[in-house]
Amino acid sequence: MEFCQYLAGPSMGLRLADLGARVIKIEKPGAGDPSRRMSIKNLWADENSLLFHTINRNKESFAADLKNPEDLETVKSLIKKADVVTHSFRPGVMEKLGLDYTTVRRLNEKIIYLEISGYGKKGPWRNKPGQDLLLQSLSGLAYTSGNHQDGPVPIGISVVDVFCGVQGAQVILGALVRRQKTGIGAFLEISLFESAISMQFELLTTFYNQTGAMKRSSINNGSPLLGAPYGIYKTADGFIALAMMDLNMLQTAIGKSILNGYEIKDAFSHRDEIKKAIADELLTQSSDYWMDRLLSHHLWSSKVLNWQEMYSQKAYTDLQMEQWLKLKSGKQFLTTRSPIRLNQQVHNSHIPAPGLGDHTDIIKQDLLMQDL
Amino acid sequence: MKLLEDIVVVDFSQFLSGPSAGLTLADMGANVIKIEKPETGDICRHLYVSDVILDEDSSIFHAINRNKKSYMADLKNRFDIKKIYKLIEKADIVIHNFRPGVMERLGFSYHILKSINPSLIYGSISGYGEGEVWKHLPGQDLLLQSVTGATALTGNKEDQPTPMGVAIIDMLAGAHLAQGILAMLYQRSMTEEGGTVQVSMFESALDLQFEGLTCFLNDGHELPRRSAINGAHPYVGAPYGIYKTADDYIAIAMADIVHLGKVMNCSALQRFTDNSEWYFRRDEIKQELAMALLHKTTREWLEILEPAGFWCSGVLNYQQLRKEESYQELEMEMVVKNSNGIEVTTTRSPYRVDGELLLSNIGAPLLGEHNKEIDEQFDLNAEK
Repeated sequence: MEFCQYLAGPSMGLRLADLGARVIKIEKPGAGDPSRRMSIKNLWADENSLLFHTINRNKESFAADLKNPEDLETVKSLIKKADVVTHSFRPGVMEKLGLDYTTVRRLNEKIIYLEISGYGKKGPWRNKPGQDLLLQSLSGLAYTSGNHQDGPVPIGISVVDVFCGVQGAQVILGALVRRQKTGIGAFLEISLFESAISMQFELLTTFYNQTGAMKRSSINNGSPLLGAPYGIYKTADGFIALAMMDLNMLQTAIGKSILNGYEIKDAFSHRDEIKKAIADELLTQSSDYWMDRLLSHHLWSSKVLNWQEMYSQKAYTDLQMEQWLKLKSGKQFLTTRSPIRLNQQVHNSHIPAPGLGDHTDIIKQDLLMQDL
Repeated sequence: MKLLEDIVVVDFSQFLSGPSAGLTLADMGANVIKIEKPETGDICRHLYVSDVILDEDSSIFHAINRNKKSYMADLKNRFDIKKIYKLIEKADIVIHNFRPGVMERLGFSYHILKSINPSLIYGSISGYGEGEVWKHLPGQDLLLQSVTGATALTGNKEDQPTPMGVAIIDMLAGAHLAQGILAMLYQRSMTEEGGTVQVSMFESALDLQFEGLTCFLNDGHELPRRSAINGAHPYVGAPYGIYKTADDYIAIAMADIVHLGKVMNCSALQRFTDNSEWYFRRDEIKQELAMALLHKTTREWLEILEPAGFWCSGVLNYQQLRKEESYQELEMEMVVKNSNGIEVTTTRSPYRVDGELLLSNIGAPLLGEHNKEIDEQFDLNAEK
């Protein structure tokens, strides 16, 4: 049972649904999950946005006004039959409704109950909005991308929401494993803030144990942590990415000194000067020219593609990453499938997101018939 | 009781993707045994990864491999291979992130291991899946960001492709693997059957971009467009972004532009009354907003905007973050100690289970540190 809205909680529910769980969104009558009405580029699938379908496909919807005692009772009878409850209300809301863990556990001892908060329950930020850009800004993440002189550069994906959803699904699955063995449920807590911090664990661990500050490159930054040449470089006709590599090998591949008067051991301390020399040299030839040389020296590098360029690659088509969502109206939309293969099988599902309250009656019936 | 009490993981993986899955399982209580090559071990111990070296290993290695054990074995030596087979016989999970074909050549294919341990769960991470074309390419985070279009999402319109500064594809692939493994463990508890779990960094990178890609797949393959200024998300309209103030920066998420203009006392913003323009004319709006925000400090703006209900915040670097009470209250830092007594401050697992943090002060293992212990515990030396 999913009492979550927007992206973090619902993306977690989506993964569980794709792994075979029956996921029921509990939504407010007349309104529902606000992302039903949030569209990207004004793309609508039906009365719901395509975005909503992307995140909530393969689920059911049960409409209940949690402030109405009758609806609340039905939700509680449903909880008695459920395995997992997830919610992302701000601290205090579920307590007021009488749906907090302590109360719910009395209804269903084996319940696995996960709370997602923005910033945890303590501390002055506990009531701040748990929104991705704000989390990126407050957790230091905005100082990891872009170049040093750019000021903070946020990542252009709701990466904290996504990562939190992924971590939430992991811990629910871990608790299911334990429940199977011991019969006990679990009370699980995670926050967007903790996810944002743990996403930066490599950088933060390095930062905690060094004396200086963490600084991005002034040119072609790829990671504040890494030395030359790590980053993306312009060529005569496009861009190529250079990952970690031995600078000696890179010089051999390029066929020219690229150390700018420095030595290999300066890859960290003088990375910007060395990167500048590499950047100047790479500008002189095409991406294909460089890729030939780099790959023949087994250096970790690739061309930089946009979605159109990726889309035309055989490697992309071979993945069969797309699947059709089939709406009741007959309309179809393409979206991506779950990234996990179990026993060599990809999991496809053509079930779109539910209309608000689409499954209320059938679930009530199932409850009455003791069929859940 | 820990979530994964008594679960044994034999982990052949290196660098970040596979080992980050191992770390999650370890923090949930599993016994994670790294299988490492003599002399070098996991290449993440030394190779190019950070210039902060702690007790001879990189800071990153310590962060990724705390709370695990190290078993040194030469996978080309038949005595060592035999021992690893015996270990796997008693294990629940095997993880690897070699390129397709390598485990098979070494004699550790799922087929062989299944005959040793029928209920084994066999998890693997590849760079690009098993499709012929790209399967031999190196599966590395920056390269995966680059080939999947992810570098076209961050930064401004005129910037060159801008990678995300954290190795998020590695971490997501690791997390997706852990999800699949945990789901299969759950299933195994009912069916007693194991199986394979496969993820690739390629698929994980696409999954990360599922919102934007779904849009691309249905709107005639239009590419995402970054803002000309204060870019924060190619698909979100003004004011969404980070802006300079009189003394620092401020982040403002989705907001009603007219209302924002009123509260900020900025008439230029109040002209944009048609909310469909907030996306299509976002650069003009952002330009006006950027100029207006320069007139007050971050704190002054937050004092005006937060009480009015706007989603906004300051923008912190690590030094500033560490001083914040909310960060300190989170107790996200944890000190681990390796067997040489070297202490490393790192971050803990993000979860609380039954009200308790998942803490562990066990540092990353020295190479081969647990050979003797594991030989004894799993009786690997006995003749069979």
